[in-house]
Amino acid sequence: MSQYQALGGRILTKPFMVLGLIFAISLYFMFERFVTGGMGAVSNLNGGFAWGIWVVYDVVIGTAFACGGYALAIAVYVFNKGQYHPLVRPAVLASLLGYALGGFGAFFDMGRFWQFYEIFLPWNWNFNSVMLEVGLCVAIYILVLAMEFAPALLEKLGQKKLLKSLNKVLFLFIALGILLPTMHQSSLGSLLIAMGHKVNPLWQVMHMQPLLALMTAILMGFSIVLFEASTVTVGFKRKSETHMLTGLGKIIVGLLIAFLVVRFGVLMFQGKLGLIFAGDFASFMFILENILFVIPLIILLSPERRAQGSKLLIAGVCLLLAGSLYRFDAFLLTFNPGPGYNYFPSVPEIMITLGVIAFELMAYIVIVKLLPVMHREEHA
Amino acid sequence: MKRRNFLKTSLGGTVTAAAALGGTVLSGTAQARENLEPAPEAVGMLFDSTLCVGCKACVTKCKQVNDMPPTIEGDHTAWDSARDLSGDTLNVIKVYQNGTSATKDAEIDGFCFEKRSCMHCVDPGCVSVCPTTSMQHNPITGIVTHHPETCIGCRNCMVGCPYNVPQFQYNEVFGQINKCQMCNQKGVERIDNGQMTGCAEVCPTGATLFGPRKLLLQEAKQRMTLKKGDIYNYPRGDISKPDNYYEKEVPDYKQHIWGEKEAGGTNVMHISSVSFDKLGMPPLGERSAPSVAEGVQHTLYSYLALPALALAGLTYTVKQNTSNHDDDDGGES
Ligand code: SF4
Ligand code: SF4
Ligand code: SF4
Repeated sequence: MSQYQALGGRILTKPFMVLGLIFAISLYFMFERFVTGGMGAVSNLNGGFAWGIWVVYDVVIGTAFACGGYALAIAVYVFNKGQYHPLVRPAVLASLLGYALGGFGAFFDMGRFWQFYEIFLPWNWNFNSVMLEVGLCVAIYILVLAMEFAPALLEKLGQKKLLKSLNKVLFLFIALGILLPTMHQSSLGSLLIAMGHKVNPLWQVMHMQPLLALMTAILMGFSIVLFEASTVTVGFKRKSETHMLTGLGKIIVGLLIAFLVVRFGVLMFQGKLGLIFAGDFASFMFILENILFVIPLIILLSPERRAQGSKLLIAGVCLLLAGSLYRFDAFLLTFNPGPGYNYFPSVPEIMITLGVIAFELMAYIVIVKLLPVMHREEHA
Repeated sequence: MKRRNFLKTSLGGTVTAAAALGGTVLSGTAQARENLEPAPEAVGMLFDSTLCVGCKACVTKCKQVNDMPPTIEGDHTAWDSARDLSGDTLNVIKVYQNGTSATKDAEIDGFCFEKRSCMHCVDPGCVSVCPTTSMQHNPITGIVTHHPETCIGCRNCMVGCPYNVPQFQYNEVFGQINKCQMCNQKGVERIDNGQMTGCAEVCPTGATLFGPRKLLLQEAKQRMTLKKGDIYNYPRGDISKPDNYYEKEVPDYKQHIWGEKEAGGTNVMHISSVSFDKLGMPPLGERSAPSVAEGVQHTLYSYLALPALALAGLTYTVKQNTSNHDDDDGGES
């Protein structure tokens, strides 16, 4: 018997219908974007701000939210922390959905979506382009995640033989599933390098971009696991998994310290520490962002607090906000293309992004109810 | 396993992994490539803001050459009212105004004009970032062209251009990126046919001067040496074979040739008597951003050797660790 179980229960609950409504509204604007009006009709994108929330939220931040599967894979398979294994399958599902919808976000942000396949044709490839690496890597990773999640589906369908053969080669996909996010999550940071002066000096750390981006991705990955595991426990009234999460808390502390050392070390090395107290908008955002990084550090440093589910949840949420803000600040909030350009997302733009998130949540709810994703409680 | 022990290994492991990556990234800086050099027969333009009278003949001509509609504002149908570059405008003349705007070319209480169009960078960001090679840099002439056939519309070229030059046609469902291609795109090919750019051809004062980058740079340097108030014989059209010359009093030039060195230099250069930050030019150093980005990228991905090595290591480790805690049911995922 599988160690996983489908949660079962009614699918059409009230929250589910609300999500459905949000998604339906977004469909209307997607129709406008693809059929009647074009991107200009639904968004506030312009000549200076060519990337708005669709790129920055849906892709750059959304995929970091979807790093739970990646972060846990590192813990379980590289550092052999088998005790976290029960958390893997739900995390892989969340990653699969997060990345798939990030891919979808990239598609409706694509100005020339009808020839998206041009990026997959090798004779077009420009090996200097960070975007090429991100595009290809994310596309392959979505397939890899699908393979990693396939056992859940095969179990449900009772395909014992297929499941056995898949399990024999699964280690290959797991290895790829660790390599690929390492590559493209660091590259998401490298995208900032070529934007040069448009990126505020507090975030424009040039060659250190990939390292900082990767560290925030892993941090956010572990935080989302903390977050998901605690909310699922509450939302689906399951037994608490706090004991498992406590250990994750410790890992996060180590990573967080390393991140802050690098973050401030680079600024010191580049002589930019003074900018933190410049008193302008960027310095305010920087301080806010780093307070959000430090709060979880303080919470998680104490073993007592680490053992409390509610404190873990607060730490996880703070870190997710901090990581998101780090990327938002760099790509959008303090981004300055030059005089004459402003950007604030339009309502339809926001609705499309909300629709995508709603769809992601709906899919998650349906799948954990129908497929064996959650770990059986007696094992937990 | 003892909790304390594996906590140590875990932290140690993460830090080592981060340090390894950090090391690679740092060594990447050491190996970052130099700025690119100007193409051997680079052609470009020299825009002398002190000669521009704001007639916008170049804006109109540019629209004709590129077959683009004029931008109409209100009921001013007599002229093109484009205020900035857009999917349908590859060239604009902007005005600088200060205080009473009384004196031409004075930084204080004065006004002057500034041209905005592609700078045809020597080390172009748009080319470096484009995933599908839809922005191309001619290795002989240095002209930067766009090729919509392969473009996916990711708009990285827009954010990767220091001057916000490439523009997307947001208001069309099937839009494309547009930018000045020095009048040399397929079907126009003015430069290949021995003509000059449209904007230089119609410029009545020679404010926009066409020609080989070398000659233009020489000319710009010479103008820097002129004394204010002297008379100088300004060429018009193509500097290698000017249509005519005319005499004019020398203005108070700022000692700065924009595009000689900025971010690796540009083939379209500007000179002015108002400082460039006031004219909206970006704060650029001499190092080009793409040279840093490509250095990092190539160090991390040198022929995919590092990723391949990492994959081999990971596969081995994962294989070890999956067999450690496999269950009979094969519930790995
Ligand atoms: S100005 Fe912009 S569009 Fe023109 S070549 Fe330079 S980077 Fe490319
Ligand atoms: S929008 Fe087109 S030309 Fe610009 S970077 Fe993307 S693929 Fe290249
Ligand atoms: S070179 Fe041609 S396309 Fe470029 S600004 Fe001048 S007229 Fe327009």
